[in-house]
Amino acid sequence: MKALVYINTNHFAAKASFEAVTYAKKLGGEVTVVAYGNAAGAEALGVYGANKVLVDSSINEADNQQITRLVASAVEATGAEVVIFSHDLVAKAVAPRLSVRLKAGLISGAIALPETGNGFTCKVNVFSGKAFGNVAVKTAVKIISLLPNSIQPENVGGTATVEAFNGNVGAAAIKVVDTKKPEGSIPLPEADLVVSAGRGLKGPENWGIVEDLANVLGAATACSRPVADIGWRPHHEHVGQTGVAIRPNLYIAAGISGAIQHLAGVNGSKVIVVINSDSEAPFFKAADYGIVGDAFEVLPKLTEALKNFKNAN
Amino acid sequence: MNILVCISKSPDTTSKIAFTDGNTKFDENGVQYIVNPYDEWYALVRALELKETIGGNVTIITVGNTADESIIRKALAIGADNAVRIDAEPTDAFFVATQIAEYAKKNNFDLVLTGKETINYNGSQVAGMVAEFLDVPFASQASKLDVNGTTLTLEQEIVGGLQIVEVSTPAVVSCAKGMAEQRIPNMRGIMAARTKPLEVISPSAVEVYTSFESYSLPDAKKACRMIDPSNMAELVDLLHNEAKVI
Ligand SMILES: Cc1cc2nc3c(=O)[nH]c(=O)nc-3n(C[C@H](O)[C@H](O)[C@H](O)COP(=O)(O)OP(=O)(O)OC[C@H]3O[C@@H](n4cnc5c(N)ncnc54)[C@H](O)[C@@H]3O)c2cc1C
Repeated sequence: MKALVYINTNHFAAKASFEAVTYAKKLGGEVTVVAYGNAAGAEALGVYGANKVLVDSSINEADNQQITRLVASAVEATGAEVVIFSHDLVAKAVAPRLSVRLKAGLISGAIALPETGNGFTCKVNVFSGKAFGNVAVKTAVKIISLLPNSIQPENVGGTATVEAFNGNVGAAAIKVVDTKKPEGSIPLPEADLVVSAGRGLKGPENWGIVEDLANVLGAATACSRPVADIGWRPHHEHVGQTGVAIRPNLYIAAGISGAIQHLAGVNGSKVIVVINSDSEAPFFKAADYGIVGDAFEVLPKLTEALKNFKNAN
Repeated sequence: MNILVCISKSPDTTSKIAFTDGNTKFDENGVQYIVNPYDEWYALVRALELKETIGGNVTIITVGNTADESIIRKALAIGADNAVRIDAEPTDAFFVATQIAEYAKKNNFDLVLTGKETINYNGSQVAGMVAEFLDVPFASQASKLDVNGTTLTLEQEIVGGLQIVEVSTPAVVSCAKGMAEQRIPNMRGIMAARTKPLEVISPSAVEVYTSFESYSLPDAKKACRMIDPSNMAELVDLLHNEAKVI
């Protein structure tokens, strides 16, 4: 199937972009990427299977109406049958708009390649990660928004041509007044490794030991809901049923009891390590490795052990 | 300000998730439905706060059957003025968005608010679809919303950060944490909710775009391997050699 992949501006080197292009490549047809802004580095996506990258450089910032028009123009220009997004905040705004504009069924939160033997169905996360659903799409053009960390990027060693593209994006309706991007931090939904802590840490002043571990690992930090609610940590770190749902390779949870609403957002993690002073904490039932102990002692020891490991390897 | 708040039902967060009919249907046995938390805690409460400061009307709308009137009464008890129920099974987001957009088009709302997603299907689809049907701007996942005349000032999450944006009404906004604080309905609200207007409207026909064919549950976890707290080198070794995640 001919696929079109939308990539966020300046995200040509992001892992989530490699995943989306790999996914498109595995659909078996020609792969075109569409993006806006600076085209520098776009050709690198050829390595993952993109044949062509269309870049509309007439704009450097775009709202979701403009991006919708851009992607719709690219679908028209390429005759794509499947449109792929990485399921991030941009996709969550653009993909539904595009669904209406193109009269194309939308699958959000896909975690696997589609089954095309009998119709077109795709596996998605539902009930905040407590279950999976198989969604069938009945329309001619299909839109898939792929959950990060669902597919391994594959280097196929190709090259992509980069072409200027006019997406007829029109004017912006949303005016950006200010942007705050914390430097150097890893966006939680895309992180491979996550260190998380809960009320067991007793206060925001104690997060140093959590951050130390995250730094040594190169992990993102997360927290339980009460910790964000009382303001010990920023809201965007709150994971769970009413927070961010994540599926990293490794999730380390310290001082978190493992309430059902917390588990909902993290049980897609490949490996879960739980550190809790209470051997009866429900989180141990969902864990792969458990340590019954005081987080204030265990976290620094784990950080030390990891430092030794990193130095030796 | 004339505000429409879209609400959806979702199973109580402690519900056991199971399926029936050969894994094709969600098992509702013993499941308590609640107003989807994002719709209730953030979209509805912020709409009420705006009404209290600048005046106006708050209408809630849901696509559902008679059983869903309990969540409608809850939203009215919290303070919405009137309610609309589109009398249909909410089969997919496109169906729901089509119905809501049709109602919204006829009733000239300045602002349509939704939660950022439902906690059962997690699609984040309805709000963006409604915005496209209405051909108006869509501010997604807003954690703050202030109104000054016809200008909305919003704080929203973006990939890897935060953005402050301005949008003119009419607009659609999906609401995330930070927007407002949960309100518990009081006795007066619950009594008043009984007599507030609830309009029931027949759905219009919609082409089926997507459908859930079947469901499955994750594989059961194998027993957790316990590690001595004084032996973190062992954990590191297992993560490297056995789990292969570092
Ligand atoms: C509608 C609804 C939605 C919700 N959504 C979410 C959600 O999205 N995400 C979420 O996280 N929660 C959510 N919750 C809240 C959830 O039910 C729990 O209350 C919450 O997850 C508990 O957070 P916690 O584990 O940090 O704190 P607690 O439950 O207080 O647990 C603290 C844990 O730390 C351990 N501990 C204490 N001291 C130490 C120490 N020194 N060393 C090691 N361990 C220690 C304790 O044994 C305990 O297990 C929701 C609740 C509701 C009703």
